[in-house]
Amino acid sequence: MTSAPTVTAESVRPPSRRARPAGGRWTGWGFLAPFALVFVLVFIAPILYALWLSLFRNQLVGGNAFVGLDNYVAAFGDAAFWAGVIRVGLFLLIQVPIMLFLSLLAALAIDSGRLYGAGFFRLAIFLPYAVPAVVAALMWGFMYGTRFGLVGNLNDFFGVQLPNLLSPELVLASIGNIVTWEFLGYNMLIFYSALRVIPTSLYEAAAIDGASQFRIIRAIKLPAIRGSLVVATIFSIIGSFQLFNEPSIMQSLAPNAITTSFTPNLYAYNLAFTGQQLNYSATVAIIMGLITMIIAYVVQLRGMRKAD
Amino acid sequence: MTTTRLLTVSSATTRRRPYGTVDKPRRSILLTVLTGIALVYSLIPLIWLFINASKTQSDLFSTFGLWFGGEFALFDNIGRALTYDDGIFLRWFGNTLLYVVVGAGGATLLAVLGGYALAKYDFPGKRAVFAVIIGAVAVPGTALAVPTFLMFSSMGLTDTPWSVIIPSLISPFGLYLMWTFASEAVPTELMEAARIDGASELRIFGQVALRLLAPGFVTVLLFTMVATWNNYFLPLIMLRDPDWYPLIIGLNQWNAQAATAGGTAIFDLVLTGSLLTIVPLIIAFLFLQRYWQSGLAAGSVKE
Repeated sequence: MTSAPTVTAESVRPPSRRARPAGGRWTGWGFLAPFALVFVLVFIAPILYALWLSLFRNQLVGGNAFVGLDNYVAAFGDAAFWAGVIRVGLFLLIQVPIMLFLSLLAALAIDSGRLYGAGFFRLAIFLPYAVPAVVAALMWGFMYGTRFGLVGNLNDFFGVQLPNLLSPELVLASIGNIVTWEFLGYNMLIFYSALRVIPTSLYEAAAIDGASQFRIIRAIKLPAIRGSLVVATIFSIIGSFQLFNEPSIMQSLAPNAITTSFTPNLYAYNLAFTGQQLNYSATVAIIMGLITMIIAYVVQLRGMRKAD
Repeated sequence: MTTTRLLTVSSATTRRRPYGTVDKPRRSILLTVLTGIALVYSLIPLIWLFINASKTQSDLFSTFGLWFGGEFALFDNIGRALTYDDGIFLRWFGNTLLYVVVGAGGATLLAVLGGYALAKYDFPGKRAVFAVIIGAVAVPGTALAVPTFLMFSSMGLTDTPWSVIIPSLISPFGLYLMWTFASEAVPTELMEAARIDGASELRIFGQVALRLLAPGFVTVLLFTMVATWNNYFLPLIMLRDPDWYPLIIGLNQWNAQAATAGGTAIFDLVLTGSLLTIVPLIIAFLFLQRYWQSGLAAGSVKE
């Protein structure tokens, strides 16, 4: 996990000709073929089909008509779509740094060897990852409730009026909390695994030099796990832009706060499966895919450039 | 990997130590307490779920959320959840097992074969493969969902288990994990030796590599299991017949039942069902932790 995608592709190439099997240069494809075949069926074909769909429009008169890039033009002027994009962008800028920072702190603390019961900490913090998004959203949704949830309990108990976490103003932050809860341990484990493989000799050298704990973190640990940080950031970006499960499930709890176009993914889903606008839905999804890829690519380039 | 401690040197505030203590740093109560905050944050909702799954529906609404109600109704609730609507919950559980065994098992097999190929063989087009896979991961689920749904629909696959299983067979993250893992875990020299002995490539994989790949295999299996067990979006669009629902789609339907006109609120069953849904995964993680954690760590070894 320490090396980011492109670096890995380089480093795993066999160091010499010696590694080439006697079976011939196509042997590798023999092993990759099952994956590649299903991948083409469930990834490549649907993407091509979506591109094709996005060029048509189903009209009341004339049926399915080729409209070229009209759907894309429509999407660029679609306020509901852009409101969703801005919403997930905001989510990305706030939730992801908080989550990754907390994950990093937890990983550093557990790796430091200074905790009592570090193994228990590691496992317990990771556990929420095993909880399905549906159950997590149901659980937190219940807890957020002012009527019979934990928030309601606190209100009754202390005689206060806590802000409604399911209101339009706060619901995005409430979802951010659920997502942080789900993936904190997962990211922690990725960072922790990278920290474990730092050679002990580096710490010994630092100890002889009298380096402080803080300095060791800054000069040894963080640079060593840079690759993991970049990969975790990219996965988080992809996850943020694909936000669907949590808002979709919490819609029944906060119908006024979570609209059908709350996130672009929710919008695309509703366009396709409740609005029957398959072509426009495909267009929205393709634009989101492109935006996600561009941002993930830029982050990877920046993250790697600093490593050189 | 769990027994050795790699760190750490004393901080500036504590006294200097000889360097032998790098292996055995002093435990810190303060750091333990601070990390305990993350622990409490992670566990409170799970404790809340357990407590509230043990309440009757009236206690659920009337008693404090973080303590038990008047009567401990967990077993009664489990019994009712399992028998509600002619035992549909057990049917959903069986469906989920089917999707996990075939989907996650298949995904792991494909990822292991593919990761091994990428790590240990040089072949035309190899560099393009990773770019294509990472690019595909960035495409949102809905971009794939609509066309996949239409494709499967014309093939007559929607509303069958296949519509959930086939897309589950691909795990780009699993492939990536196996790739990094296999490049470390299988020495090229060993493969060379087997070749000199006249073993075929398939035999080298089956008898030499597969054994070395076991920790990576378990790791990928656990992550694909979680992904399949927790998959919400795919079955949501593919399945109409409740008889084919996996657990979480069924749970969500139970939850939505309260909101529909004339539907009975069964929040107690939703909570108990949620608890029953997460327990198997948590048990799997606990039992296999030695394997998957070493698999993760080995996959992150830097050259």
